[in-house]
Amino acid sequence: MSTATSAPAAMKVKLPTTNNPTAIELIGMNKWYGEFHVLKDINLNVQRGERIVVCGPSGSGKSTMIRCINRLEEHQKGRIIVDGIELTNDLKKIDEIRRDVGMVFQHFNLFPHRTVLDNCTLAPIWVKKMPKAEANDIAMHYLRKVKIPEQAMKYPGQLSGGQQQRVAIARALCMSPKIMLFDEPTSALDPEMVKEVLDTMVSLAQDGMTMICVTHEMGFARQVANRVIFMDGGQIIESNAPDRFFSNPQHERTKLFLSQILH
Amino acid sequence: MSDQATLTDTRKGIEYVRKDMLEAAPPPANLVGPWAWARDNLFSSVGNVILTLIGVGLILLLIPPLIKFMFIDAVWVGKDRDACLEEKVGRTVGACWPFIQAKFGQFLYGFYPIDERWRVNIVYALGVLLLVPLMVPKVPYKRLNAILFFIVFPVVAFYLLVGGRFGLTHVETRAWGGLLVTLVVAVTGIVASLPLGILLALGRRSKMPIAKTLSVIFIEFIRGVPLITVLFFATYMLPILMPRGWEVDNLLRALIGVALFSAAYMAEVIRGGLQAIPKGQYEGAMALGLGYWKMTGLIIMPQALKLVIPGIVNSFIGLFKDTTLVMIVAIFDLLGQLRAAFSDPNWATPVTLYTGFAFAGVIYFVFCYAMSRYSLFLERRLNTGHRR
Repeated sequence: MSTATSAPAAMKVKLPTTNNPTAIELIGMNKWYGEFHVLKDINLNVQRGERIVVCGPSGSGKSTMIRCINRLEEHQKGRIIVDGIELTNDLKKIDEIRRDVGMVFQHFNLFPHRTVLDNCTLAPIWVKKMPKAEANDIAMHYLRKVKIPEQAMKYPGQLSGGQQQRVAIARALCMSPKIMLFDEPTSALDPEMVKEVLDTMVSLAQDGMTMICVTHEMGFARQVANRVIFMDGGQIIESNAPDRFFSNPQHERTKLFLSQILH
Repeated sequence: MSDQATLTDTRKGIEYVRKDMLEAAPPPANLVGPWAWARDNLFSSVGNVILTLIGVGLILLLIPPLIKFMFIDAVWVGKDRDACLEEKVGRTVGACWPFIQAKFGQFLYGFYPIDERWRVNIVYALGVLLLVPLMVPKVPYKRLNAILFFIVFPVVAFYLLVGGRFGLTHVETRAWGGLLVTLVVAVTGIVASLPLGILLALGRRSKMPIAKTLSVIFIEFIRGVPLITVLFFATYMLPILMPRGWEVDNLLRALIGVALFSAAYMAEVIRGGLQAIPKGQYEGAMALGLGYWKMTGLIIMPQALKLVIPGIVNSFIGLFKDTTLVMIVAIFDLLGQLRAAFSDPNWATPVTLYTGFAFAGVIYFVFCYAMSRYSLFLERRLNTGHRR
């Protein structure tokens, strides 16, 4: 097994390979659940290497928005362009985008019947047709990166919540994604475990990963975000750099929200 | 000592601080041992005491007569009915085991020609040789073993049993019978019903309207009619509907009927398992770029099947015993041969019937109990501790 220092090229976080500086583009995106208008005219442009934190009250549509980006939810109007590929009903394009976009969920969604290592190697082997030995090397590399290589042979059910979430991050990284989506990654964790997951995410941000995080960890937002986006009622209410967002919120709704969560 | 420390601390303005961490201590003596177990499990309450007494009573009522019939009063040697007639022997007669001995070949092979029975024996032996290593987790080469058992073995067994090729004489399925037919029908039904049931369950949960409708119609129709009707239909109606000149073997028709019937039940068992898989598992798999079939085969189905092992084995056990209904379409399985043997005047005694059914009961019990135990073993083995 190779050490972290002699990792093959495929293990390094992908840097922008094309001239296109835009990673994700949402243009006039709308979504309905039946009659209910969940997302209203969302316009968002995410640059490569940009780190965006999305916050807002529950039911504001923030999770739904990032779940549209890898087509876990379907949008009905407007355009979504990920890494130069427009999301349509074309299954091939959806698969292509999902291969390049990693996602971390609130409830980890690890596969309980497979070991931690299997969880990490499954997609590289079956989706990328990578040889097993190479997939194992990459998985161990990322498990070391999230600081739990010693748990590789255990089952997810034997790990703590924080460890499971770090496995989930490693699992997503094993596909060498260009973009990472985080859907409230620390909301289901015991208070003592939040930090270890946030530390992992900070180190990922320092590597230059393009990230969109739905989270209420405002400390994390201040530390790593380029932009904070506040959503309510299915719309983007305010978008600003973190220092200005926290010190000088413009919209009344944003002020109210911040006063509720920053005691 | 520690009280002293606490008091001192209180004066310093600290209410309580633990000084020494406590070690785990052994439990009190009256919590362990057989008496404690009996008290907790057999006599913990009035209701429990009553249930214990009823249980012991039932055991005393059922077991001694059974042992008396099957062993103590049983006749072990004899040439014909005279050995088992009370007036000839001059004592109470229990099971008449010589009857089973005399008819043993018939129970095992039906009317399969005596000179050709070695072929059936080879099939039995091959089946056991391939199945046992497949079921023991420690034995390596599982993939090869599975291919041999599920693909090569049926072909070999077919040619060995039917014959007509490779210099083997042809044996019509009409002549098959006894345990051979029971096992052929049950194993085919079990092996065919699982994949068919999986496809039907997936079809029923599919978003594609045609696949869904066809699955629902098939499942509901088959579940809505008794197995006997399905067998009748397969045996007597199908030949009428088939084009002229097409002839399908009687046993094969019954096999298809049984397989389709059990597939419908299996589909509903598996659907139950699929419904228990959280949505997050689908999303986790999709977000990694897995397509429908890979997601189903690698993530969803293994978990769903594991959840419903008790239900699946329940269906298998039911199927194993239901195979006896093929009697209705003139195929004589173990019970069919048993009934045929009852009519032999050489062995007509008052206890023949009981002996025969005791024997059949033991055979069925051995197979079904083995399946049940193996399923429990599998459940424990596949438990990866995610339900804490």
